[in-house]
Amino acid sequence: MIDLSYLISAICFIYGLKMLSHPKTARNGNIIASLGMLIAIIATVYLGTELDIKMIAIAMIIGSIIGAFFAIKVEMTQMPQLVAIFNGFGGGASALVATSEFLKYGHNSTMFLIISITLSVLIGTLTFTGSFIAFGKLQGLISTKPITFPGQQLLNGILAIIMLIAAYMIPNYGMDSFYTILILSGLLGILLVIPIGGADMPVVISLLNSYSGIAAAMTGFVLVNSEPSAGNALIICGSLVGASGMILTQIMCKGMNRSLVNVIFGAVGGEVEGSSGEGKEVNIKSYSTEEAAMIFDAAEKIIIVPGYGLAVAQAQHAVREVAEFLEDKGKQVLYAIHPVAGRMPGHMNVLLAEANISYEQLKDLDEINPEFEDCDVAVVLGANDVVNPAARSDQSSPIYGMPILNVDKARTVIINKRTMNTGFAGVQNELFGYDNSIMVFGDAKDMLIQLLSDLKEL
Amino acid sequence: MDITTITIFILAVFVGFEIITKVPPTLHTPLMSGSNAISGIAIIGAILATNIDGDIGMWLGFIAVIFAMINVVGGFMVTDRMLKMFKRK
Repeated sequence: MIDLSYLISAICFIYGLKMLSHPKTARNGNIIASLGMLIAIIATVYLGTELDIKMIAIAMIIGSIIGAFFAIKVEMTQMPQLVAIFNGFGGGASALVATSEFLKYGHNSTMFLIISITLSVLIGTLTFTGSFIAFGKLQGLISTKPITFPGQQLLNGILAIIMLIAAYMIPNYGMDSFYTILILSGLLGILLVIPIGGADMPVVISLLNSYSGIAAAMTGFVLVNSEPSAGNALIICGSLVGASGMILTQIMCKGMNRSLVNVIFGAVGGEVEGSSGEGKEVNIKSYSTEEAAMIFDAAEKIIIVPGYGLAVAQAQHAVREVAEFLEDKGKQVLYAIHPVAGRMPGHMNVLLAEANISYEQLKDLDEINPEFEDCDVAVVLGANDVVNPAARSDQSSPIYGMPILNVDKARTVIINKRTMNTGFAGVQNELFGYDNSIMVFGDAKDMLIQLLSDLKEL
Repeated sequence: MDITTITIFILAVFVGFEIITKVPPTLHTPLMSGSNAISGIAIIGAILATNIDGDIGMWLGFIAVIFAMINVVGGFMVTDRMLKMFKRK
């Protein structure tokens, strides 16, 4: 009976995830997946023996209230932080379950159990601590710049070796070995995330998402002896999530033309920060919103390129208002979404969806790049590295080889930035000095509101 | 340990790769928060852990249930909130 319930929930998860592949069916897919979870929970509580129902109910109510509070309160711009912290709780839960299983068996565990408990605690705990660091960086509580120190990677290596030895020693030293693994895993999670900079966050969040799934799968291996049905359910669901996180991680890495190893150990943006000012001088043309409005008025086809700056300024609604005004005048408006724009996969899409912009207007890199050729105005809002032509031509640039949005092919490029500061990679963007480039300085939201009123006055 | 467990694991990984590759970039954020909620399946392990004799194991299970529940309820709710917004004109 319990096997059947878990089978049904596994089918719900797979089918639900499948339905997530289209915007029309996605919402129902999510509901089906959540029903799958409900079935799994009810079956476990109802069919379990000797459970303290009252205690479980209290824990579930506390967790639900906290989870619901975050889910309702969060702003769409803060979605990366929220997902990071939820990942952390998922990893933490897996590690705790593995720990309590270890307490049950102690050092009498079989080799298989020791390996699964070690992996489960390691991955679960590092997901927990790593996610909190990622949360801190995204929320601005910790510097988004890479934090590095000499011998960092050596230290990580040493920690990994000590943990390996500790795992090997479990049959002899039991709890002491176990605590060593637990503490070092937590430390490793912190050390692995602090050297990663803000713009690499999409990769880190995808990776932590994958880890939270793998941790659950490993916990499944731990449980499979004492509770075979529950163990298998954890293995199935955990590996689904692990695989999905891995795919997203791969897509993000491809979007930056960097390998996963390079993102984790590369710490791009640290050392170049100081020297960025000395680079090539670029002569820029700074326009007012009034002048920009006239360019918009003459344009037929406009492509909007949103970046993290748009999210920071909460300018998604202002963008839609400007776009609607232009569309009413018979102009074509499209949005170009770079895979790593924002701080997590699909971050920009969610923001623009919040502002009621049709998902059919949002184009990804391959779709939109040919469109720039016959585009009158490309508007870059708070994006920098993803539109830097140096990625195509300058082999010495740290972002060389990264696929970019070819905004420079448009007749006119209007770039909105708050200041002339360099992008995350610390590279000056030669695009700003191009003949067809125009800078409009200011906060994205204020600029767009001003632009709209100027457009209306024309 | 037996080979069945490993078989289940490997097949599930393949199924995961197979379904997720088809998700369009527009839906990557909801995919992530939704799949994240699914990783909260650890909750069934947590519920069973509360049964373990001895105070510490039981309390670890208690905390694990709270953590997993935050993940499950928060994850599914926020995904629904996002997906509600995806509209076509």
